[in-house]
Amino acid sequence: MMYSDKVLDHFQNPRNVGEIEDANAVGLVGNAKCGDIMQMFMKIEDDKIVDVKFKTFGCGAAVATSSMATELVLGKTIDEALQLTNRAVMEALDGLPPVKVHCSVLAEQAIRAAISDYYKRQGIDPEPIVGKIEEVDHDHEIACD
Amino acid sequence: MQKRFVYADNAATSPLSKEAFDAMKPWLTEKWGNPSSIYSAARDARKAVEMARADIADSIGAKPEEIYFTSGGTEADNWAIKSSAKAFGKKGRHLITSAIEHHAVSSSMESLTSEGFEITVLPVDKYGMVSPADLEKAIRPDTIFISIMLANNEIGTIQPIEELAEIAKKHNIPFHTDAVQAVGHIPVNVDELKVDMLSMSSHKFGGPQGVGALYIRKGVRIPPLMHGGGHERGRRSGTENVAGVCGMAAALKHAVEIMPEANAHLKHISDRLFDKLLQIPYTQATGHPEKRLPGTVSVVFNYIEGESIILLLDSKGISASSGSACTSGSLDPSHVLLAIGLPHEVAHGSVRLSLGKDITEEDADYIAESLTEVVDRLRTMSPLWKG
Ligand SMILES: Cc1ncc(COP(=O)(O)O)c(C=O)c1O
Repeated sequence: MMYSDKVLDHFQNPRNVGEIEDANAVGLVGNAKCGDIMQMFMKIEDDKIVDVKFKTFGCGAAVATSSMATELVLGKTIDEALQLTNRAVMEALDGLPPVKVHCSVLAEQAIRAAISDYYKRQGIDPEPIVGKIEEVDHDHEIACD
Repeated sequence: MQKRFVYADNAATSPLSKEAFDAMKPWLTEKWGNPSSIYSAARDARKAVEMARADIADSIGAKPEEIYFTSGGTEADNWAIKSSAKAFGKKGRHLITSAIEHHAVSSSMESLTSEGFEITVLPVDKYGMVSPADLEKAIRPDTIFISIMLANNEIGTIQPIEELAEIAKKHNIPFHTDAVQAVGHIPVNVDELKVDMLSMSSHKFGGPQGVGALYIRKGVRIPPLMHGGGHERGRRSGTENVAGVCGMAAALKHAVEIMPEANAHLKHISDRLFDKLLQIPYTQATGHPEKRLPGTVSVVFNYIEGESIILLLDSKGISASSGSACTSGSLDPSHVLLAIGLPHEVAHGSVRLSLGKDITEEDADYIAESLTEVVDRLRTMSPLWKG
């Protein structure tokens, strides 16, 4: 299995790692059992993502896709961030090995989960805007696919 | 901490020993010849193959005519299992194996289920040990074959094969052991082990890749897996890999000669490395504390994932491996780590360091320092770490 230089660079020097203390949007996706968890923190002001940070438990691709996803949404409006697809994350990383494609899906979901949380905090139902987000389930046996 | 190169993945493959290279070189340069031909150049090749066979047999207490060369450990395992099923399938349809076998064994076993065979997979304890009592209980009147590995490739645990094979013998059931990680690393004697078949692989003990052997005890009859020109006394066709078997024999002879000294050294270095690694919080050793391969240092670090650890170690010049899902190409971590009772999320954080005889204290200290740093760095970015 081969990672592109971009993936290795984002893995070894991840951008925007950490937490945001006064984040107003936090999303958590993935499952420790399956080996990937991503947590996204955002500061959203006037519809714009003015700060974003992440924490990831997972393989090289999981870290690299999280890192790239934060770069791609930083400074963007919510609408623009919701346009972000896993494909775009992969392309920005010069591709991923086939077995790692799910990491880019997780990165896309992490962004959506954070934005979903942002709406929830304001009492707005996020589902019509963001779509359905898989909740992290710590208590039940789940199947990794 | 100055960067250095440390190869700590000898269980994956080991560097070619000088002895192996010297034995191979003539057969890759000025000499050649098909051992089956009759002119003098070919007779030299035949002689070389038979000398290699005798040396290998001698190293494991077997007779030369009980050693059959193969393309490696995988072929030896496939042959022993599939051909035993074929040979003894009329007597019964039940086979027994363990939960921590290499895929060469477990997938071969699995392939038989579509032919109406039934497989019992024996569990292991938290150290990766198979219990002789469990084997005794699993044996049925229609059990025709048992395969349990000698030393595990991921956690290094060494099974009580003598005891297990004794039980098989009592019930008259052929017993095979995958000794790929054991031969050349710990003393192996087929009579003491009481096994009927034993697989070995050259590249795990300083020989070249793509060559191995299956020991088949005299009197045990299994059909060939490879059909063709009737090489290896009709049991494994294919022109002999002359350079390969010469390299394998020389490597094994050398490994056996230096074994007492090499193992004392490896034990010392492994103990030192374990001591240092276990000082990292939320870290545990895997495998048996004593009955283990002397060069295998296997651990799990909680809250982080193995592939990330391996990649960061690589950037520091250290080659190691992990049983995490990400490195296995599936989403499940290694079946061995799950079999010893580790939860999935813990098994994902596994690291195996398999040391070679030339490892130094400085290398071990460099590994420990690097791992300490890498684990800390990954934990800082892990959402599971609340440290
Ligand atoms: C325990 C065990 N069995 C079998 C094999 C397969 O051997 P080979 O690589 O020679 O096919 C290996 C090595 O990968 C092993 O560790």
